[in-house]
Amino acid sequence: MTPMLKTIADGQPAAWTGAGTAPVQISVRGVEKSFTAGAQPIVALKDIDLDIRKGEFVCLLGPSGCGKSTLLNAVAGFQPPTRGTVNVDGRLITEPGPDRGMVFQEYALFPWMTVAQNVAFGLEIKTMPKAEIAERVEWLLGKLHLQDFRNRYPKDLSGGMRQRVAIARVLALDSPILLMDEPFGALDALTRRTLQDELLRIWEEVGKTILFVTHSIEESIYLADRIIVMTYRPGTIKRDVQVEMPRPRDASAPEFNRLKRELSQMVMEEQQRFSQDEIRSVTAD
Amino acid sequence: MSRAKSPFSPAAVLRGALVPMLVVALWQGLSMSGLINPVVLPSPVAVVERWWAYLLPPDPYDPAQGSWFLWALSGEMLFDAWSSLYRVVLGFAVGAGLALPLGLAMGGKPRIYALMDPLLQILRPIPPIAYIPLAILWFGLGNAPAVFLIAIGAFFPVLMNTIAGVRHVDGIYLRAARNLGVGRTTMFIRVILPAATPYILAGARIGIGTAFIVVIVSEMIAVNSGLGFRILEAREFMWSDKIIAGMFTIGLLGLAIDIGMNRLNNHLLRWHRGLEN
Ligand SMILES: Nc1ncnc2c1ncn2[C@@H]1O[C@H](COP(=O)(O)OP(=O)(O)O)[C@@H](O)[C@H]1O
Ligand SMILES: [Mg+2]
Repeated sequence: MTPMLKTIADGQPAAWTGAGTAPVQISVRGVEKSFTAGAQPIVALKDIDLDIRKGEFVCLLGPSGCGKSTLLNAVAGFQPPTRGTVNVDGRLITEPGPDRGMVFQEYALFPWMTVAQNVAFGLEIKTMPKAEIAERVEWLLGKLHLQDFRNRYPKDLSGGMRQRVAIARVLALDSPILLMDEPFGALDALTRRTLQDELLRIWEEVGKTILFVTHSIEESIYLADRIIVMTYRPGTIKRDVQVEMPRPRDASAPEFNRLKRELSQMVMEEQQRFSQDEIRSVTAD
Repeated sequence: MSRAKSPFSPAAVLRGALVPMLVVALWQGLSMSGLINPVVLPSPVAVVERWWAYLLPPDPYDPAQGSWFLWALSGEMLFDAWSSLYRVVLGFAVGAGLALPLGLAMGGKPRIYALMDPLLQILRPIPPIAYIPLAILWFGLGNAPAVFLIAIGAFFPVLMNTIAGVRHVDGIYLRAARNLGVGRTTMFIRVILPAATPYILAGARIGIGTAFIVVIVSEMIAVNSGLGFRILEAREFMWSDKIIAGMFTIGLLGLAIDIGMNRLNNHLLRWHRGLEN
């Protein structure tokens, strides 16, 4: 762990808002991404400028189709932008790498590996000594309450359990950055809240920079230091909202609800454009 | 298969045995009626007797000759079954052993696919049986031409399924692996190959079925042991009871191979979601 992350970990976990002074870690500049689908190109992202500081928990919020995954994939290095650059720690991103651990909505666990093997896989790639891998896997399984499931295959796990394994797998890499694409989107409300709390606990403990995609307004307020609201086609940054409430956040608090109303208003505007677009595309056929 | 309804409950066994018993009874009735020459259709009793004699050791047990176990296995049938199985396994290993790496390369690398595909498309429709004259010309008689033919029979199903398996690997696994920092070689061995195993094993199953057909045919031509050889030999002596006894043995060996493959399948795919039974 770098000294920087140590400082964060040793800080005041519950009310830590020091990211405002931390150095910039992810820097997105003038990013544009268009897809050629049929006759006219789809501009999924346009003029995206975004700086994310070390240790910050940032949510990308917007209706479906507004380019959240596209932006996350550009940072992950899966899809290079059509124009513009993404830099991480001053290095231009051209390909995926274990410094930016990704958690997918579809879990993306390797079904032929057991829970423990899935968690260990990234470490084996790093050619870590066997004993050290075993120790680290054990620690992570404990951290995510997976000890009793270590020898199960993913097919025998619930959605929530699978996502725990996926989180343990990227945590094993000890990457400074976590990228999460609607990781809890397929889970029931209760499991979702449990995992949100666990994610926050782990984040406060190990101090990662997290870029978290969601279309749930409530989820973004519950989790984030900062919420980036996106527009629909072209995907741009509509608003950059700082969330100052101390954690754990109470979803019934007046402040929470005020912010929720405000964000709902913004997301609804974009959602309407999305719906109109869908109707147009149906009637055009 | 559900656990509640065991296939071995008395009712199920009775129901399963009904049609075979009827057929055997009809058969026995026909041969007892004297309407049909026993050389054309021997009675079931004669077939069972012949099968038993075929299974048992030819000589009585003599402790001076060695172990009891070896004596018990010295019957003609077991030797034939072993010879056939040996050829199937060897031929399959050669055919699948060549098909697997080629299929992985062709499935993963479009350039290799483009290079190899035309030739394979021309060769693929040729039934393995059509290679018999060439096999004998090249390898003479004996095990070599048989193994060659069986290898060809196993090669194409395994190849085609391996190519399809590699191509159908879900992109999400590749992305997850790249994100973990997996390089090209590891990607092939630890991600693409296991992800493609359901397809590859389906191909192996077809391949071993083909191999089993080819072994019987090739034994009728190139060698003088094995189940295929034995039933052809029996025809020369007009031993129709032995022909049918041999055919049943072929069926039993085929069933045993299929059960073995099924077990292997279930073990290798124990992680797989869409697995029945
Ligand atoms: N590979 C692709 N080809 C064509 N269009 C795409 C592709 N990926 C995404 N898009 C389009 O880009 C837009 C943004 O997609 P995405 O980033 O997945 O949105 P979100 O994650 O916010 O739901 C959508 O309108 C989608 O249709
Ligand atoms: Mg998305």
